[in-house]
Amino acid sequence: MWPLPFFQWAEATTIGEMIRTSAWAFAVIESFHLLALSVIGGAVLIVDLRLLGLGLRTQPIGDLARDARPWLVGSLIVMLVTGVGLFLSEPMKCYESRAFALKMTCLALAIVFTFTVRMKVTMAEEGRVQPTWLKLVALVSLALWFGVGASGRWIGFSS
Amino acid sequence: MTLLPFCEWLAGTRGSIALHQSILIYPLLETTHVLTLCVFLGTAVMLDLRLLGLTLVRVPMSEVKRRLGPWMVAGFVVMIITGISLFYAIPVRTYQSIFFRIKVAALVLAGLNAFVFHSTIDRRLAGWDRDPVPPRAARRAGARSLVLWAIIVVAGRMIAYNWFDCTRQPQWAIVNTLAGCVVEPR
Repeated sequence: MWPLPFFQWAEATTIGEMIRTSAWAFAVIESFHLLALSVIGGAVLIVDLRLLGLGLRTQPIGDLARDARPWLVGSLIVMLVTGVGLFLSEPMKCYESRAFALKMTCLALAIVFTFTVRMKVTMAEEGRVQPTWLKLVALVSLALWFGVGASGRWIGFSS
Repeated sequence: MTLLPFCEWLAGTRGSIALHQSILIYPLLETTHVLTLCVFLGTAVMLDLRLLGLTLVRVPMSEVKRRLGPWMVAGFVVMIITGISLFYAIPVRTYQSIFFRIKVAALVLAGLNAFVFHSTIDRRLAGWDRDPVPPRAARRAGARSLVLWAIIVVAGRMIAYNWFDCTRQPQWAIVNTLAGCVVEPR
């Protein structure tokens, strides 16, 4: 299913080689990956909790989504950049990892969902979207992002 | 004072051995520990960023505390329970890990920082509740919290690496001292 030549090419890149042979690089990149995880977690959660009628539920949804967006986008960029670095250090392991395949699937779906459906719903005029739909959007968002996190952690367990 | 004998005793208990050898429970505990970071630290970061006046500036600080506080506390409880379980699974190596010790020290400092915040500037919250950018003392507490939690996360991740393990000798003297390694004199 995955294009093997792409992974072989990734395995041969200079930057991947550098991260792989360095004693510290992987650990340092992963640390930033984790720090960004905390931020993206907060940025996703405060909006999804609000959609569920929890957390900052007295605030307008649009305001919260706007406040969270720079932190969501910023941390997502850090996640993607550090994630590419981690991937380049062990592409063949990723090629064989089912957890990696699951993570990439969840990630693609999460990004698309967040910047289309979820964005549209959070930016809609207050009261135009039924609370049931708001809750559904929040649950889908949480499930997808949780899937990314859990399967991401599991890449490390598979050998 | 050394807790090494206690950790050695702990490592010999049946529960510790079972947890250490379990193929599923240990990874599940670790995954829960990492993902709860999003709930606990995610909300804590938003609260700290509000203290710095960097997000949620139209939301009163008291509202942020009241609405996000319970999620932060719930996440923290899960972090502590899973964290203690992870320690229980590998007590001796963790106790002698320099990263674990850095993590614990930073946790204590983060606790102190929160305590000082609550007993000083937070007491006068009514006076700055709606300020988009809170007073300097509050901003400082928020900044200190962010730095300390970043150290806690990074040090926590580094526990997995064995660069400074007591079993790897020779090691710098400072590392042996800080990690509490018992080194045979040569």
